[in-house]
Amino acid sequence: MELHAELEAHIDRWRGYVQRRQAISPADVEELEDHLREQVADLQATGLDDEEAFLVAIKRLGNLDAVSREFAREHSDRLWKQLVLVPEDSSDAAAPRRELAVVLALAVGAGLAVKAGLTWIGDGEVLARNLGLLVFPFLAAYFAWKRRLTGQVATALLVPFAALAVLLNVYPFAAGGSTEVLAALHAPVVLWLLAGVAYVGGRWRSDGRRMDFVRFTGELAIYYTLLALGGAVLVGLTFAVLQVVGADLEPVLEDWILPFAVPGALVVAAWLVEAKQNVVENIAPVLTRVFLPLTIVMLLAHLAVLTAAGGLVDVDRDLLILMDAILVLVLALLLYAISARDSLAPPGLFDVLQLVLVVAALAVDAVMLTAMLTRIAEFGFSPNKIAALGLNLLLLVHLVRAAWLTVGFLRRRRPFNDLERWQTRYLPVYGAWAAIVVVVFPVVFDFA
Amino acid sequence: MRIDKDLVAAAATPLVLGILSDGDLYGYAILKRVGELSGGSMQWTDGMLYPLLHRLERLGYVSSSWGTSEAGRRRKHYAITPAGRAALADRQEQWAVVADALRQVWQTAQRPPAVAEGWA
Repeated sequence: MELHAELEAHIDRWRGYVQRRQAISPADVEELEDHLREQVADLQATGLDDEEAFLVAIKRLGNLDAVSREFAREHSDRLWKQLVLVPEDSSDAAAPRRELAVVLALAVGAGLAVKAGLTWIGDGEVLARNLGLLVFPFLAAYFAWKRRLTGQVATALLVPFAALAVLLNVYPFAAGGSTEVLAALHAPVVLWLLAGVAYVGGRWRSDGRRMDFVRFTGELAIYYTLLALGGAVLVGLTFAVLQVVGADLEPVLEDWILPFAVPGALVVAAWLVEAKQNVVENIAPVLTRVFLPLTIVMLLAHLAVLTAAGGLVDVDRDLLILMDAILVLVLALLLYAISARDSLAPPGLFDVLQLVLVVAALAVDAVMLTAMLTRIAEFGFSPNKIAALGLNLLLLVHLVRAAWLTVGFLRRRRPFNDLERWQTRYLPVYGAWAAIVVVVFPVVFDFA
Repeated sequence: MRIDKDLVAAAATPLVLGILSDGDLYGYAILKRVGELSGGSMQWTDGMLYPLLHRLERLGYVSSSWGTSEAGRRRKHYAITPAGRAALADRQEQWAVVADALRQVWQTAQRPPAVAEGWA
């Protein structure tokens, strides 16, 4: 058959239309295309030109909606997007298998590291400081392998990691001191942002890639939770069965299952999120939409309780820590709402809700800052108070600017992109603050 | 003459199985054969053939394999299986009964005036 450019263009366009039908698989498209081309060739043989032959052949093939409905009736499973982790009949099946092997090896490695830590360091504060350090290399190694990190980026990751590892173990922390607890709490934040550098393949300056890492973090949290739930069900059932026969699972659970499962699941969850990207709709944004209005209600209730409680000096410090956690959660919610939004869409109801959320969070933050300052004025400085104060000030700046930019966007003075960029640009500040808490606080407060 | 849509649909399975029992074919060739057999009066929406073939494959009546056309494109060929032959024999019996019943009805219906007069 000689070349018919026009006809090929027609067929290409038609293939594009058909490919968009979820019920029609790529193999079916190929089958239909073969049919179409045969039909066209036969019609051409009867004297029709390309255009006519194509139109008649398309007409005979039938209404695409009806045909695709018929396919859907036969293959209803195809309407559920399937996540194929290890394809069975693809020519390059070796690559996903290799990835699975790497992931499993790294997951076991992370488990071994934690188990070794438990065995040689014991399960006290020293291990708590080092836990992140034990797991981080395996997660980072997965991204390094996946993104084929350059030596330069790998060094940029290794140096801060090594420095953190040395400092955390060389510092003479006082037993039971708060600087130690603060360091143990903030080290994972630093490590997570380092993992982010590995995730974005060293392109950490790119706003888009940073946002990808934010999305990745949210999906990872959800997948990890799902894995943990599934694991808990299995462990629970095993517990029950073993109890019936009089055996006790608890020592095995504590000594072997948890040390391997908890860090291993993190690596596996990271792999799942990587594999599912593009295939399955993200869940985090959907949850965000559900929880955005609910969180506003929660924040308003908190605000009412806080102001009704009166004397802010007497506010329990546990409550302050709780409220800090809630504000961080609100921030995460805000980040996801922003990461999931089409940045070109005009302002809508959810953007107004988002502003309400930010303003409510600001009000809570302001109440907390007042409470903290009064406590500091009353009882003086302590590492805990300064760490909390610092975090609250960071949150305040973040939220104020976010509110300002949201107002600008709602009044159509600014593009949504400004708001997005503000979020991604501000993220490293939290890492820097966490690094300060880990590195500088113990020295300043004499390791107390 | 155009054959009614429902009738075409009812005849589709035995027709496809019967055509395949003569030898392996691909989709377009099956439709061409249907056209030849019915003198062009059994009109089919071409696209509907494929979901039907896939259903027959799921039921185990036909098996498929990818080959190459003379133009070098990938092409899916269908072949009837022993289960498909059994199903075809079964359908054949059913259609024979239907056809026989219809023939008797047509024969009595050829003398309508007498019946009509009797009722009048």
